[in-house]
Amino acid sequence: MAFREYKIGARLFGVALGGSMVITLYFPTVNMTSVAVTEIGLKKQLSYGRISGFSYEDPFLRGEGKPKTVTLNKDPKTGAEIEPIEAYVFEPGVPFPSGINHPRTLGAGIAQLSIDKGMINEANNKAGAVFVVSRGTSKGETVTYIENASATRGWQPSDVLTTAGDANTKLIGSGKVMFVKEGCWWCHTLLPEQTQDWQYFGIPPRLGDFNGESPTAFGSDRKAPDLLHVGSRNSSKEWMMMHFFNPRLVQPHSIMPRYDYLWGEKDASGKNIDYSAWRTAYTEYQQGKSIYPPEVPNYASESQIRYLIDFVLSLK
Amino acid sequence: MFKYLFAKNEDIPPGTSAVYFGFSSILWFVIGTGLGSFNAAKLAFPDFVTGSEFFSFGHMRQVHVMAVIFGWISMAFAMAMMYITPALGNTKLWSEKLGVWNCFLWNFGLSLGLTLLWSGMTSGREYSDFPWFIDLYIASFIMLPMAINVWMTIIKRRTQGIYTTNWFFGSGVFMVTIVFIVGNSPEWFNLTGLSEAYLTWWFAHNVLGLWITPIAAAIAYYTVPKVTGNPLYSHRIGHLHFWSVVVFYSTPAAHHLMSAPLPEWLKSFASVEGVLILVPAIAFVSNLLLTMQGKWHMFVENVEIKFTITGVLMAIPLNMQGGFQQTRAINWYVHGTGWIVAHAHLALLGFSTFLEAAAVYYGLQTILRRKLFSLALANFHFWFLLIGFSIYWVSMTIAGLIQGAGKIYEVPYIDVVIAEHPYMIARWVGGTMVFTGNLVWLYNMYMTAKAGTEIPEGRLPHELAYER
Repeated sequence: MAFREYKIGARLFGVALGGSMVITLYFPTVNMTSVAVTEIGLKKQLSYGRISGFSYEDPFLRGEGKPKTVTLNKDPKTGAEIEPIEAYVFEPGVPFPSGINHPRTLGAGIAQLSIDKGMINEANNKAGAVFVVSRGTSKGETVTYIENASATRGWQPSDVLTTAGDANTKLIGSGKVMFVKEGCWWCHTLLPEQTQDWQYFGIPPRLGDFNGESPTAFGSDRKAPDLLHVGSRNSSKEWMMMHFFNPRLVQPHSIMPRYDYLWGEKDASGKNIDYSAWRTAYTEYQQGKSIYPPEVPNYASESQIRYLIDFVLSLK
Repeated sequence: MFKYLFAKNEDIPPGTSAVYFGFSSILWFVIGTGLGSFNAAKLAFPDFVTGSEFFSFGHMRQVHVMAVIFGWISMAFAMAMMYITPALGNTKLWSEKLGVWNCFLWNFGLSLGLTLLWSGMTSGREYSDFPWFIDLYIASFIMLPMAINVWMTIIKRRTQGIYTTNWFFGSGVFMVTIVFIVGNSPEWFNLTGLSEAYLTWWFAHNVLGLWITPIAAAIAYYTVPKVTGNPLYSHRIGHLHFWSVVVFYSTPAAHHLMSAPLPEWLKSFASVEGVLILVPAIAFVSNLLLTMQGKWHMFVENVEIKFTITGVLMAIPLNMQGGFQQTRAINWYVHGTGWIVAHAHLALLGFSTFLEAAAVYYGLQTILRRKLFSLALANFHFWFLLIGFSIYWVSMTIAGLIQGAGKIYEVPYIDVVIAEHPYMIARWVGGTMVFTGNLVWLYNMYMTAKAGTEIPEGRLPHELAYER
């Protein structure tokens, strides 16, 4: 620093870079942290759990340590018939999402409701908890907030899972992990753009739709349809199975990779899946030697493909 | 390399770390472009190698990106810094030992990170895909040692002033460290929602704007005057370039998310600042091209100048695209299409790679004191890179325009996929040409080190290029 101008220069550099940080980091953060979460945002963070990428609870991205989303027709405590309700089951040890750990990220009014009426502060990570999304009023407006059903209704995670049964349980949180790990978002966006997208793929996300979600995985390089509302366009589990096993079964021109390896070793009945036999039969079908393609095996209830399909079908 | 890790600093020959960085960067370039070619093949032919998650597109795409950014480009930068910074300060590198350790830890950490990424351990955030402990490793064992070495060399310089290149080097290593730490903060502090999405692109933008673009330009500020013998055309234009990079290039991050529900003021601000990127771009290009006055024959005759000036010329379409494609008027049409993929490759494989390749060519010859093994192979490398890249860029731009049209006309998406198919094949052909050229380069530089003609004391490599 022999020259006086280097001292001036170094200070100006600090001012310039610091100024740009204030404008591009501090001001936007003030704006973005004041956003109140929407109903979609609440449902997303409750069904996805704390984090869908690399995390303590799931370092190898196998879909572990994630909540389960169930649909209940009966009150798990009393056994009485109730209006169908979606509940988010955090078994003991499953980390809570951002909104429970840091209620202020929900937005002021909603955080207050969730604490006062929803009793989310009483949720205990070691014992597990069941949450539902409820409606209430804040400053004269109807809003949705998180209700800790373990505290307000006495619903325990194990009871809720038993009452709902496997057929009404969706492993959406684990599926989001698959979506991240398998790189679905390298080709499919979750962000309809201002074009015919809004007619074709549905409405764009709103401001509070992401509070508590991480990673958001918008995607940037779209080589395939937007998936933000795919569950509304196509809710067929069977179609999804064929499409994931080998996309060319349902769409001959698709360039999507095969995700047959997500089925794992065994199918729903516990038998080993013979991939090479399947491929041989598929080649014969391609060559016109057989009329029908081979059947896609039913997936086991703990397979990664189940997670992924549960997640994709939840994108309404 | 290993024998120098535990040697005394004085016993390590000057330039050792630059040589290691140089060869590492070429090796990573071969790996990175090989992965790119493989990925492109899968987009053209989806049933090419299936049945295993380790060869699926979704596991390999980010490995390609991270290998070229942190392996090839950043290590070539480190190589350039390890020999250009001391040369411009008329001194030795502050610590060769730190440089050698830096190179060793860099290769180790990057191999580990890419292996984990390949296996699926990802944060799910584009350009900051590494899990947070790898980020921490990169900040402390890759960026910080490099920054300390560069700063200390500049402080201990034996010249009074600091040359343009070293302004950029000194500030670039500082800015990239800050950008890296702030940009990865969502993983360290579990930030969520829009803040997470915005910081992802804040990082992705600034790592290009405050690291890759200015450092590549700084290399050209050294190579062109050094090889041609002309002084830099204007120091003042250099000032304009430097300050406009710091002020304008550090601000438009939000233009990557024009269709996300970010604050509208932020998007408008980013868009205007994005157009102002043309200020440093024009300053840089004009300064370098004017420095070439009277020496344009070297654009044909000299391999380093051929690479550098091609890179500088590519900065023109690059910044014209970059400045305007992010405005609302154009962005809605091209966003998320192959157009952007073409643009990203114009920045990294076109503009920046050509400048770095020149630095690696020149640096390895100078430090090893050996003439290039084969000028013909170097020309082969140049043309395979240039033609391969051009095929890639043209085909992806066309594919992007098709996708853009598909977005506004009501066609089923699959029709877009069908229409893009020929361009996906062309992209694969172009990428494979780049990969082939790099294999030849690796061979050429290996043979240069082994069997290149020795350069006598007091001569420069490019003076001897056509002598036997």
